[in-house]
Amino acid sequence: MTAPSTTTPLRGRRRRRFSQLSRSDKLTLILMAGIPSVIHIMFVWVPAFSTIFLSFTKWDGLKLGGWKMIGFRNYWAIFTIFDGKFFPAFFNNVILLVFLSLCSIVGVLFAYLLDKNIKGSAIYQSIFYMPVVLSLAIVGFIWKSVMWSPRQGLFNVVLGRTAQGDQIDWVGNAEKVFSFHIPGLDTPLGLTKNFAAMLIAMAWRHIGYVMVLYLAGLKSVDPGMREAAAIDGCNEWQAFRRVIFPVMKPINVVVFVITVIEALRAFDLIFALKSPPGTQVLGILVRNNLVGEGGGQVGLGSAYGVILLLLCLGFIIWYLINNYRENET
Amino acid sequence: MSEGYEFSPSPSDAGFTIVSRRALLAGAAAIAGAGVLAACGSDEKAATTTAAPADSTAPADTTAPADTTAPADTTAPADTTAPAGDAVTVGINEAAGSKAYDGAKAGLDATGVPYTGNFVDHNSFQDNITSYLQQPDDVFTWFAGYRMRFFAEKGLAGDVSDVWAGLTGFTEGFKTASTGNDGKQYFVPTSYYPWAVHYRKSLFEEKGYTVPTNKDELVALATKMQADGIIPFAYANDGKWPVQGTFDILNMRINGYQFHVDLLAGKEDWTGDKVKAVFATWTTLLPFHQENPNGRTWQEAATALETKEAGMYYLGTFVSSNSTDQAYLDDLDFFNFPELDAAIGADALDAPIDGFMMAADPKNPEGAKAMLAALGSVAFIDAANAVNPSAVPANSEFDASKFTAIQAKSAELVGSAKSIAQFLDRDTSPDFVSNVIADAFANFHADPTSIDSILADIEAQKSQYLG
Repeated sequence: MTAPSTTTPLRGRRRRRFSQLSRSDKLTLILMAGIPSVIHIMFVWVPAFSTIFLSFTKWDGLKLGGWKMIGFRNYWAIFTIFDGKFFPAFFNNVILLVFLSLCSIVGVLFAYLLDKNIKGSAIYQSIFYMPVVLSLAIVGFIWKSVMWSPRQGLFNVVLGRTAQGDQIDWVGNAEKVFSFHIPGLDTPLGLTKNFAAMLIAMAWRHIGYVMVLYLAGLKSVDPGMREAAAIDGCNEWQAFRRVIFPVMKPINVVVFVITVIEALRAFDLIFALKSPPGTQVLGILVRNNLVGEGGGQVGLGSAYGVILLLLCLGFIIWYLINNYRENET
Repeated sequence: MSEGYEFSPSPSDAGFTIVSRRALLAGAAAIAGAGVLAACGSDEKAATTTAAPADSTAPADTTAPADTTAPADTTAPADTTAPAGDAVTVGINEAAGSKAYDGAKAGLDATGVPYTGNFVDHNSFQDNITSYLQQPDDVFTWFAGYRMRFFAEKGLAGDVSDVWAGLTGFTEGFKTASTGNDGKQYFVPTSYYPWAVHYRKSLFEEKGYTVPTNKDELVALATKMQADGIIPFAYANDGKWPVQGTFDILNMRINGYQFHVDLLAGKEDWTGDKVKAVFATWTTLLPFHQENPNGRTWQEAATALETKEAGMYYLGTFVSSNSTDQAYLDDLDFFNFPELDAAIGADALDAPIDGFMMAADPKNPEGAKAMLAALGSVAFIDAANAVNPSAVPANSEFDASKFTAIQAKSAELVGSAKSIAQFLDRDTSPDFVSNVIADAFANFHADPTSIDSILADIEAQKSQYLG
């Protein structure tokens, strides 16, 4: 980036400036950079590396040091013995990623419409935003009782399907909407009906979330640019695509990252519904092996965790590379 | 509150802390309103001796009269005089605000042994048991079964054989249930509840049904009920533990108690003909059950029994806790699951037992043993039962005239059984259940025809968890 000739004086200047710092400045620097670093290393990197270490062990979690090194056996187990659990869960995460991306687009559209100061925009805004104040676990409880209950749920009542034998089992029905076989894999991959039902509940919340984020961004766009675009003869779509969207880049990045993270770490709603068959995601597999009364498989759970970490890292690295490449050109 | 896999209810807790749908909603709304969004299900070790327990745990507690009723839990009569170090620490899996908590507290006070209570919400306690056992209280709540023996074998629980030498009123069956793999006792039982087929007396009278005692009678009765427009069996599997009870009883009726225990210990083949026979019978009985159990809570199934939509419900006796309608509760009765094979009989059943264990290395060994002896005595269970008469006291010296109707019948049912199992998720490794069995059974109900591949999966995954 910088030519070699300029680096030397720059370094020298920087050193001189640093030495000009008073003792209290240095102390402040050490405290302000040091404490967060220590906390970050303690609570992010130490657990992350412990997880990686533990994924190569067999350990019941009872006595510290009671683990046995078993190499890649946990990973081998995941891809062979537990393939019927891992791949459907992974595929559910992929479905979530695609679906939440679509929801994000809808959220952006809503934000764009609300930004037009249409009548009653505050009311719409509140309605769409309300689910966001609820945690996904609470969303799960509410939907389970109010919407999906086979006997008293809103959906079945409205559809008139509350009679025994005629009820729609929203949360429990693991029949697949579509499915396909992958050679070498016993379990067909696909979208189960109950997971599809949960997608709707997640959309209910995710759309509002993205909408508010985007709306905040839109409000800060200089109105002069829209006027300029209008004067230049842009239609609505062109103005959005060529002017607003590029200006909104920081918000777009946030929305993208949130969508990916939400899709990969999806856990709470499914967990709150006690993960009925067909709705497993990777987060549930990690949790079930690691935590709780049944959490005696620290090695296996950690291996799931590492796979999830690698997926997240993959996305982040891919994104960073893309982003920097764009900046350079 | 919420779990990927939910464990079956404990006797001490049967019926009272299991939150009803309405309470849950109210709790959820209250939490949402208060803005404490993450409060549900994530807290660990909520209530300790000094921390105020109430509002940090399950939603149910938001309606509880808060901690005014439970000031720092160091109580007991002698406590004011005894030096603080002498008090026995007791870990209880009930947080303030439940009847089970009040019962446990009344019982502990009645023991006369100075103690410091560590009251933790039921699910948190169970979820965190492995980390809890690193630094347990001197005496702590646990239940009989595989996990008790596992902890004993790992050296995480103390030998209480000498306490047992002084205990009176326990049958041989309870002593066996309290014994570890090495033949020593590690557990002092307090109470239990049985699983049985529940029905409404009035419905049976009105339609002229009789209690079935074998498979033919059961099928005949179920067919007749269907002809009358009644679903023979209410059925639910939300949380993935309820149908395990059905598996237990079918396996014990078809293959016998010993095979059931061996299968769960990992010694038998899940893909063998004996297990396939269980699922074959299960498949033939499924049409007599409410369809789509995976999305239904046991409370919803219990409501179907209450409204006479369903004729019978095979569940633990805590089924009664779903209703407060006294007329219905008086009408509710149960019978032992009928025999399916005359050669096997019907003398085995599930009856989970709750009780106490001692830490491997208690800070106050004498006090802990004195406390355990007191917990095994009638005095403890008498006081606890007076406040919370839910599960049946295990000690036979308990005054039978104080039994509620359900307790009396439960005691009679369990007393007549030759072999008592603890329920599937207590009879084998809990991680095997929560990661393999629970999902496998749920998948079986989603598609009964896929049972062969489901059983092959169980067998393949078994070695990861057992042995």
